[in-house]
Amino acid sequence: MKALAARRHHRSAPVVLLLLALLVTGGLYAALAPSPAGAAEASESDIEVGSDLFAANCATCHGMNAEGTQDAPSLIGVGAASVDFQVGTGRMPMENNGPQALAKPPQFDDDQVAALAAYVASLGPGPEIPTQEQVDPAQGDPANGMQLFRTNCAMCHNAVGAGGALSEGKFAPALWDSSPKVIYEAMVTGPQAMPVFNNANITPEEKRDIISYVTAQREGSPGGAQLGSLGPVTEGLWAWIVGIGLLIACSVWIGAKSS
Amino acid sequence: MTDHNSSTDLTPRAGANLPERFSDPGHAPHKLRRADVDPAANKRAERQVVFLFALSVIGTIGFLVAYVMVPPGETVASMRLSNLLLGLGLFLGMFGIGAAAVHWAKTLMNDRERTEERHTLISSEETRNAAVQELKDGVEDSGIARRGVLKGAMVSALALAPLSIAVPLIGEVGEDWDISKFKHTIWRKGTRLASDPSGRPIRAAEVTMGSAFHVIPEDLDEQEHPLDEKAKAIVLMVRMDPRDLKEAPDREGWSYEGIVAYSKVCTHVGCPVALYEQQTHHLLCPCHQSTFDLADGARVVFGPANRPLPQLPITIDDEGYLVAQSDFHEPIGPSYWERLK
Repeated sequence: MKALAARRHHRSAPVVLLLLALLVTGGLYAALAPSPAGAAEASESDIEVGSDLFAANCATCHGMNAEGTQDAPSLIGVGAASVDFQVGTGRMPMENNGPQALAKPPQFDDDQVAALAAYVASLGPGPEIPTQEQVDPAQGDPANGMQLFRTNCAMCHNAVGAGGALSEGKFAPALWDSSPKVIYEAMVTGPQAMPVFNNANITPEEKRDIISYVTAQREGSPGGAQLGSLGPVTEGLWAWIVGIGLLIACSVWIGAKSS
Repeated sequence: MTDHNSSTDLTPRAGANLPERFSDPGHAPHKLRRADVDPAANKRAERQVVFLFALSVIGTIGFLVAYVMVPPGETVASMRLSNLLLGLGLFLGMFGIGAAAVHWAKTLMNDRERTEERHTLISSEETRNAAVQELKDGVEDSGIARRGVLKGAMVSALALAPLSIAVPLIGEVGEDWDISKFKHTIWRKGTRLASDPSGRPIRAAEVTMGSAFHVIPEDLDEQEHPLDEKAKAIVLMVRMDPRDLKEAPDREGWSYEGIVAYSKVCTHVGCPVALYEQQTHHLLCPCHQSTFDLADGARVVFGPANRPLPQLPITIDDEGYLVAQSDFHEPIGPSYWERLK
């Protein structure tokens, strides 16, 4: 300690101290900093596997370096969330050209989807796959979610998420079977005709509220059969054809003479 | 006349011996029902009626049991079950009684046809004359024909009395009759565009490509009637590649870096138009499928709307927030203003 005390006033003491402080801060930060939200850090090998999968399955339309072609958009900067949504729900690879890519049983398993997502995410920064906590319906506020859903989503996806028609054969799909993760990814990436709802427009907490509202609708209505939750069309069909039909049948029976 | 075959010709032809008046043919011969002639069928009908009443009893008991044993509870599933059982019980309880009564009347009760003669509705000549005379006497007695002032006073009083009901009733329809307020919204120069429903002001940088923002004026909550004002001022804001944007010469500078804002109230009958397809830049109205092209001044590309959605001119302020340049330059909503001119 004496030696240290003696060198306190050495010319290079401030520099040494500064270097020490920087080292300690950097070391502490490296040890304690929160790991970035999203899926586990993609490894080099994931990206390589993804790159191969991409070249074999996606490059025909999206270009060898995902730069896009006449037929399909560039995937640089669309982020892992976009790949996880499109490939994980089977929308990509697209079955055939049509108004809209349809969901179908996915062509790749979870690891392959993750590898593809890692590869596309490595091409440019974009939305990440949300964590389990970000999309946990139990942590959201369904009442606030309803307000947001009514303003931003209900016009296309129906008031309880039963889906609806758009123009020229496109449609907003029903949300009954969409997993919370997929709903989050759709909002943040804006797949196909759907607009983007970035985190400034609808904050991550508000997104979780929306997910909470959407999943709460799946329990159905306490009032009885929902008839697809499609509103006056199915309800009218039942009331006018089945309901009035039964009333007419009863009237005919009452009015007819007994044999 | 015989070669004249018009269908409206009612002149009797071959059968010229039709009677002057048809006589009442009376009832058709009474037909006995199975239950009237066959004792077994009679017994069967009785059993059916008893069965229907029993069904009603079962339904009522079922209702009571469900009411006590299956409370609605807290979950949607338990409420559904409770409602289903209560409804089924109530249906059986009521329908059983009704069906049993009808079946009883139809199969077992007397079904002999009967005629009930009705007297003519018109009163006799002397009753009618007497009534007219009474009225005449009354008028004569009141002297209304001679006393002109009295008659005038009475007519005035009777005519004015309903006004005490009519004036408040009609006066309160629509609260006030100032329709000029429908031509304006609360957007004005410098009003920040805020997110609906949170009210957060929006920076231009936050509106990323392909985004759709549902927008309200930032000062909406300070208004006296926020919901009335919101109904007029709602806006949809989207960002597209500026190269996709076709702008009319008189509207240059109304957008900001590919961000455009349009009234969300359909020009057809005023539904909120909000189905935005980010790839085609088409905005679809859910009510009657009017489609507007936001890349081309919200031109109507399909449907019954007959004028484009009014555009809100926007720019940014010193802090980078999006603000309105002014109110809409035309009235928002259904296009009936042209007809008022």
